[in-house]
Amino acid sequence: MDYSKPLDAALFPKGCERCSLTKFSMWMCVPIWHLIFGTVAALVVFGGGLGYTALDNRFGFGLWITLDLAIIALGAGAFFTGLLRYILNIEELKSVVNFTALLGFLCYTSAMVILVLDIGQPLRSWFGYWYPNSHSMLTEVIFCISCYCIVLTIEYVSLILDSDAFSGNKYIQHLAHNFHVYMPLFAGIGAFLSTFHQGSLGGMYGVLFGRPYLFREGFFVWPWTFFLYLLSAVSAGPMFSVIVITIMEKFTGRKFVSWKVKQLMGKIGGTMLVVYTIAKCLDSYVWIHDLLPRAGNTFDEMFFGFIYSEIWFWTEHITLIVAILFLVIPRIRRIPFFFYTGLLLTCYSVVLNRYLMTVQALGIPVLPFENWTYYWPNWSEWGAFAFIFGYSVLSLSLTYRYTPVFPEEPELNKK
Amino acid sequence: MAGEIKEFERKWGMVIDLDKCTGCGACVMSCQAENNVAPQDDATNKLRAHTWLFIYRLSNGKQYPEHSTVYLPRPCMQCGKPTCVEVCPVIATEKGEDGGIVSQVTPRCIGCRYCMASCPYHARYFNWFDPHWPGDLAEALSPDVSTRPRGVVEKCTFCHHRWMLAKDKAIANNEDPLAIAESEYQTSCAETCPNGAIYFGDLKNPDHKVHQLSQSPFAFRLLERLGTEPQVYYLSKREWVRRLGDNYLDDEKTGQPLRKL
Repeated sequence: MDYSKPLDAALFPKGCERCSLTKFSMWMCVPIWHLIFGTVAALVVFGGGLGYTALDNRFGFGLWITLDLAIIALGAGAFFTGLLRYILNIEELKSVVNFTALLGFLCYTSAMVILVLDIGQPLRSWFGYWYPNSHSMLTEVIFCISCYCIVLTIEYVSLILDSDAFSGNKYIQHLAHNFHVYMPLFAGIGAFLSTFHQGSLGGMYGVLFGRPYLFREGFFVWPWTFFLYLLSAVSAGPMFSVIVITIMEKFTGRKFVSWKVKQLMGKIGGTMLVVYTIAKCLDSYVWIHDLLPRAGNTFDEMFFGFIYSEIWFWTEHITLIVAILFLVIPRIRRIPFFFYTGLLLTCYSVVLNRYLMTVQALGIPVLPFENWTYYWPNWSEWGAFAFIFGYSVLSLSLTYRYTPVFPEEPELNKK
Repeated sequence: MAGEIKEFERKWGMVIDLDKCTGCGACVMSCQAENNVAPQDDATNKLRAHTWLFIYRLSNGKQYPEHSTVYLPRPCMQCGKPTCVEVCPVIATEKGEDGGIVSQVTPRCIGCRYCMASCPYHARYFNWFDPHWPGDLAEALSPDVSTRPRGVVEKCTFCHHRWMLAKDKAIANNEDPLAIAESEYQTSCAETCPNGAIYFGDLKNPDHKVHQLSQSPFAFRLLERLGTEPQVYYLSKREWVRRLGDNYLDDEKTGQPLRKL
């Protein structure tokens, strides 16, 4: 036994250094505290009902649905990077593809947890499979998200099986090997499922013809929001992965992914962002000049006071344009400050979009004699946020410590 | 993308004469008693209260002596093209093929509230807590309507159970259950209204009062241009009231939108 190394050093990935077990245990208190707070909040809601939240009959959707939509969009790095790596065979992405799968797994499982918490009858969750309404976009979401969760679980399990803890077990080694052999198949299935549920989440809002703020026309059964949500997710997903990797690098003081690969991720995300921004601006133009007047509304009627002001609409659009400038022009993208700012602005814009489509949309009075209504989440809703934060940090920390989630880490940190 | 307008042989509908309504609230009370709507611990919070039939107070916004108000009772519109039916992931709400009443199957509802988000009339209500009838109020529950548990959505059903009872009665009397007289099936609110402001019947039956009233030049429906095709009509001779029934651009005349959604 080498006492100069942490007690659990035998479980570390080959060639990787980790902090002492004591330091790691202290760090674990942070996510565990969040988990405890979140669990208390969840028990209160499960036990007493959704009346313990700040939701009401106007705001049937609130922080949880905003959070759901946001983390699913940000978790899109999993399917998009998997598609680029395994289907389009972009070799450089092999250093991030494990991590994006892990991040996707955490985002999607978190979304499932919140959904179970959010519905009034959690014990009837399975009704979504048993009595599916084929016309409902939410049915498409339920099916695709749960199926994709299974794909992500397989991808995550293959990463765990790669851990050195199983290096002595031939069966597990072969199993892990076979998982990797079939990974392009899982990546393909994942890309198919993700395309539909990312889009359907947008479609969920676009079909609401009773809500002029949300309603959009479209192609076949899919409103334009279907395509906008998909495009925004494939833009923001890879960028969010780079942001999380960089935060982890700052916390641990180690390098996980080369600057070149980060730049590539930013470039890919930035290119998708151009497509998304053009589509988004066109959509907004048609909405303002065609859909709203047809519903008898004007653009100004969609905004009120500060919390529902036009500022947020313009912020959503302008941040996208600024992010494009930072990420698409190579000379600017190579400067770390502008690069990371571009990533953050993109993610901010996408999260803001999910918020506006959820909360602002429900605050707007549709009947001419109605008033604007307000919503502010209470502690039990923030509790769910704390829960998924704790769950994600805990899982990321454990996976980073014990699995080769970053295959280039040993090489990048050679002394 | 949105579903088609559903038309059936019979179309149960309501016409509410706003010029007769005094906003007394008798319709609201009778609706709550008839449909076993649980009393709220804090009914002052109107965003949490269960008011299947909600009364709005509308104003023309002018100062005295031109000031004028009107009370607008709002049940579920039982839309011909409902926003809620298409979106429900578990088919817990359906457009009834016999009369076009939009049902709510509470034992199947998972409480996702997507239908509530879709409804521009805010006609759907969520059970935020377990229903509770203080004292011996539970003794007064109607055996014809199921109570709803926590975590499901509920709404006005045009007192659908009364339609079932009327059909049963016709069958027992060896009559055609599909050809019952107008008076045999009336909603609780229509029956209770002291001013007779609420009319109920088959919108497609020329013998029914609602059929005639819905053809009036003073009849209008809420948010008609969105294309929801409500089965509830309102009547008012006052132009400003009819104008408040929908969203209009400044250059559009009341009841004549230049374009529709």
